[in-house]
Amino acid sequence: MIHFVLLISRQGKVRLTKWYSPYSQKERTKVIRELSGVILTRGPKLCNFVEWRGHKVVYKRYASLYFCMCIDQDDNELEILEIIHHFVEILDRYFGSVCELDLIFNFHKAYYILDEILIAGELQESSKKTVARLIAAQDSLVETAKEQASSLSNMIAHATK
Amino acid sequence: MGSQGGWGQSKEFLDLVKSIGEARSKAEEDRIVLNEIEMLKRRINEPDIPKKKMKEYIIRLVYVEMLGHDASFGYIHAVKMTHDDSLLLKRTGYLAVTLFLNEDHDLIILIVNTIQKDLKSDNYLVVCAALTAVCKLINEETIPAVLPQVVELLGHQKEAVRKKAIMALHRFYQRSPSSVTHLISNFRKRLCDNDPGVMGATLCPLFDLISADVDSYKDLVTSFVSILKQVAERRLPKSYDYHQMPAPFIQIRLLKILALLGSGDKQASEHMYTVLGDIFRKCDSSSNIGNAVLYECICCVSSIHPSPKLLDSAAEVTSRFLKSDNHNLKYLGIDALRRLMKVNPDIAEEHQLAVIDCLEDPDDTLKRKTFELLFKMTKSTNVEVIVDRMIDYMISINDNHYKTEIASRCVELAEQFAPSNHWFIQTMNKVFEHAGDLVNVKVAHNLMRLIAEGFGDDDEGTDNQLRSSAVESYLRILSEPKLPSMFLQVICWVLGEYGTADGKFSASYITGKLCDVAEAHPSDDIVKAYAVTAIMKICAFEIAAGRKVELLPECQSLIDELSASHSTDLQQRAYELQAVLGLDGHAVESIMPADASCEDIEVDKSLSFLNSYVQQSLEKGAQPYIPENERSGILNISNFRNQDQHESSAHGLRFEAYELPKPSITLRTPAPAPAVSSTELVPISEPTYPKETNQAAKLSTVTDTGATELKLRLEGVQKKWGKPTYSTPVPSTSSSNLKTTNGVNQLGQATLSSHSRDVSYDSKRPQAEISPEKQKLAASLFGGSSSKPDKKPQSTSHKTSRLGNPASEKPQVATASAATTELAPQKTAPVQTPPPDLLDLGEPTVGDTIPSIDPFKQLEGLLGPPDVSSSTNSGTVSVTQPPDLMALYGDSSLSGVSSSISNLVPTNLDSMNLVSSSSSAADHGGSKVALSASLKKGPNPQDSLEKDSLARQLGVTPSIQNPNLFRDLLG
Repeated sequence: MIHFVLLISRQGKVRLTKWYSPYSQKERTKVIRELSGVILTRGPKLCNFVEWRGHKVVYKRYASLYFCMCIDQDDNELEILEIIHHFVEILDRYFGSVCELDLIFNFHKAYYILDEILIAGELQESSKKTVARLIAAQDSLVETAKEQASSLSNMIAHATK
Repeated sequence: MGSQGGWGQSKEFLDLVKSIGEARSKAEEDRIVLNEIEMLKRRINEPDIPKKKMKEYIIRLVYVEMLGHDASFGYIHAVKMTHDDSLLLKRTGYLAVTLFLNEDHDLIILIVNTIQKDLKSDNYLVVCAALTAVCKLINEETIPAVLPQVVELLGHQKEAVRKKAIMALHRFYQRSPSSVTHLISNFRKRLCDNDPGVMGATLCPLFDLISADVDSYKDLVTSFVSILKQVAERRLPKSYDYHQMPAPFIQIRLLKILALLGSGDKQASEHMYTVLGDIFRKCDSSSNIGNAVLYECICCVSSIHPSPKLLDSAAEVTSRFLKSDNHNLKYLGIDALRRLMKVNPDIAEEHQLAVIDCLEDPDDTLKRKTFELLFKMTKSTNVEVIVDRMIDYMISINDNHYKTEIASRCVELAEQFAPSNHWFIQTMNKVFEHAGDLVNVKVAHNLMRLIAEGFGDDDEGTDNQLRSSAVESYLRILSEPKLPSMFLQVICWVLGEYGTADGKFSASYITGKLCDVAEAHPSDDIVKAYAVTAIMKICAFEIAAGRKVELLPECQSLIDELSASHSTDLQQRAYELQAVLGLDGHAVESIMPADASCEDIEVDKSLSFLNSYVQQSLEKGAQPYIPENERSGILNISNFRNQDQHESSAHGLRFEAYELPKPSITLRTPAPAPAVSSTELVPISEPTYPKETNQAAKLSTVTDTGATELKLRLEGVQKKWGKPTYSTPVPSTSSSNLKTTNGVNQLGQATLSSHSRDVSYDSKRPQAEISPEKQKLAASLFGGSSSKPDKKPQSTSHKTSRLGNPASEKPQVATASAATTELAPQKTAPVQTPPPDLLDLGEPTVGDTIPSIDPFKQLEGLLGPPDVSSSTNSGTVSVTQPPDLMALYGDSSLSGVSSSISNLVPTNLDSMNLVSSSSSAADHGGSKVALSASLKKGPNPQDSLEKDSLARQLGVTPSIQNPNLFRDLLG
């Protein structure tokens, strides 16, 4: 099971956090501080895994951004590494050549996408196409909702004239 | 879909994000966030905020919280937003609450109603949003409120909903297994869902269910095998392919499940052999994901009933991992080796040099994994080298968590395989000195017990030797400053017990040392208590031996000081010591017998020594004691007890109908003795205890009488109203009080396992070497150097064979010097100067760098057939004509798997047809196009330019600080 997902920039700035196991706000801050201390200082040729308090943290760097996931002792590290990559590929497809800036300003959208990939700390969907379709459906619904709202307010405006 | 990349937020919010991005220090960032919080606090409570504005506030709250600040003031607004009718707002609300609230938060009860409503919605996107929230927010108490609806959604027409419903049920199972046990048939049914996504999701709960109870799912083995077979044969839709692998994530989950089901079950395992063999053969070992599947395969093979053929494949893959330049693969290789070693202990030897390379690698992760492996392969022949290495590493790290772990491992190994008493004591001293108070208390108690009891199988002489060497080394160590408290306790105890036993040291010398300890640690009451008790023992032994005891002046002053201590415990000990000093030799000997720490103290549980007292009281007219189970007014006791049990299980909220009483209440043992207060003790010569189940309860009866006295009157009194019940206090577990009086020997629970020193010695020699140093290490680790069959290897011979002593080089090792430099290039020097924009997308490919000539292969020829020891026997048993099996599977695959699966899956209610769905989807040209589109990666100049200009309009420029903001993550 994945306990949490962290996106940290190379400067140690938090870009996204998702907690699947209960951690208090204090613990969260501590976890982020500890892990960014460990992960950001690791050399490029080393393992993408770190043992940490009886758990394992799998991380991968994309450009200036580190994607980290914390898992149990008996999980498959290499699989998690690919889940991270799966997530990045979907982000990339959604944003069109995703960069860190996209995630900074659209972190809520990144959350929606993550919610379609992981649920309750498990991978729920391994098909990129299915995830893309669901996200598109949500987005289009939101679009139509907006249109309806605006047309409705137009009508009201007309009626009350 | 680049259009969605636009930033639709207000200027204000963009400014906030920008200013945080440009903050140069954590303090500056905190200041900005605190300002934002103040602003939001003010604004969010204004009346009549437009919904769109509110949505933005909520997202800003999420941002604030993400940065580690407290946004709890706004939680209620997020909760309110989930009530909104518009999906746009509802989704934002759900997102915020799932990020804000943990499952035990008070506000959740306000959301449950909305969730219930949304689960019934016609719009599947609303249902999906609600289900996502269910997974995060619903706790044990609220499960019953949504459970029926979630179960209903398992039959929803949209696969996305079914999938999330399954995951929600999985979460419920994790929270409270009993809540979904009646739904297991649903999971089985969903395994046959015609959407592969739903099927894949179902594997999650099934994995948990199967690991809890393997036997009830054995019937699914064939189904799992056939699904795995179909997946591996690319029968799932193309969209499930990942880097040209067919649905690897589903494969991995299936392999995990098969590992559980096949463990220790020959019949089930035999079903799996063919498909596992296929995967080993087909798997693409050049991609990460291919290796992930291969690794999972190895895990599976090492866990199921062994098949020699599969083990060979697994060993082959493992050696490929180990020889790889990629650290990740090396790491997996070490882990795979550890797993395979359980089946075939000889396998590690072949890879000894790779293992040593990993041990000396600068990568901490790899090093730790290797220690894990070494821990598993420790024998009496290599224990010294391994423990030495471990301790060296332990000293070098700062990570307390891991320090504790490795210390306890050292201790375990030392206890199990110690070649000599001297070495054992030395090792323990090192561990205690450096890991200090991180070591588990148990370890300290274990050590004391071990010194007291000796190694069990040895005669008294060696035990005494152990003790005197312990005493000697402790006296030496005491002069060092800053010893951890735990170690001092051990030292004090041992000195008290055995300090004067061999007559080498005088009583006054030992007591002097003990006084020094107590004085040097004025703030540590426990150490002082240990020291005083030790002094008392020394004095008692002296008196018992008929010698006169003259307390040293510093000792006297210590006693005086402690008699006035704030700690009552210390006071008591001091007074006891003084009292002992005044007694005559005979009395002292029975109070403090020498070397009696191992003797069991008998506890008279029936309190028979009170019989005469009870008799007296009875004669004076006291009430006789009535055993608890006879105390009620109801005659039919057994019937009564049943009701009682049912009552206790029914506490708490109940949402479903009453079911049959469960036998889970055995913990509730009635407290027997304290039922009557001390003055009313009644003559019962042999009080019969109903159900003496746990020792703790029994022991506590002796000590707990005082505590429970006040409640006593309630017991045995039948309640007049409601169902008849006893209110029996559950005995508090204060049994440890008793145990401590018994010295140490009861506390240490990890019993010293029988010394398996007769581990088979390998006749193999280390086969290749790189440098003489490594060669020696390999020799000592892998048992090459000591093939002496003596039961207790002399420590001196090991010492010489250790690292850094060139004189001990074995001639056999030197003969195999053919491939000396083959492996040398594998050791990669750590490159610490990466380009700042390093993209590790291009994984180093495996196999390019493997030397064309395998040194191991060469050496095998030189050495002849390796000595096959008994350990491989387990493997040979399982060979049951693999060709037949293959034929069997060949047939079934020919005759259309769609039919075979419906036969194999017993609860196949749905019209599951993996094949037809997959073949139809395979025809879709669209999936292929999409795939190729995703593959066409690389910088997209147009996109980047657009983003750049957009960013510049907003005033965000890629600053000098972080030029990478615009860089494609997947570049």
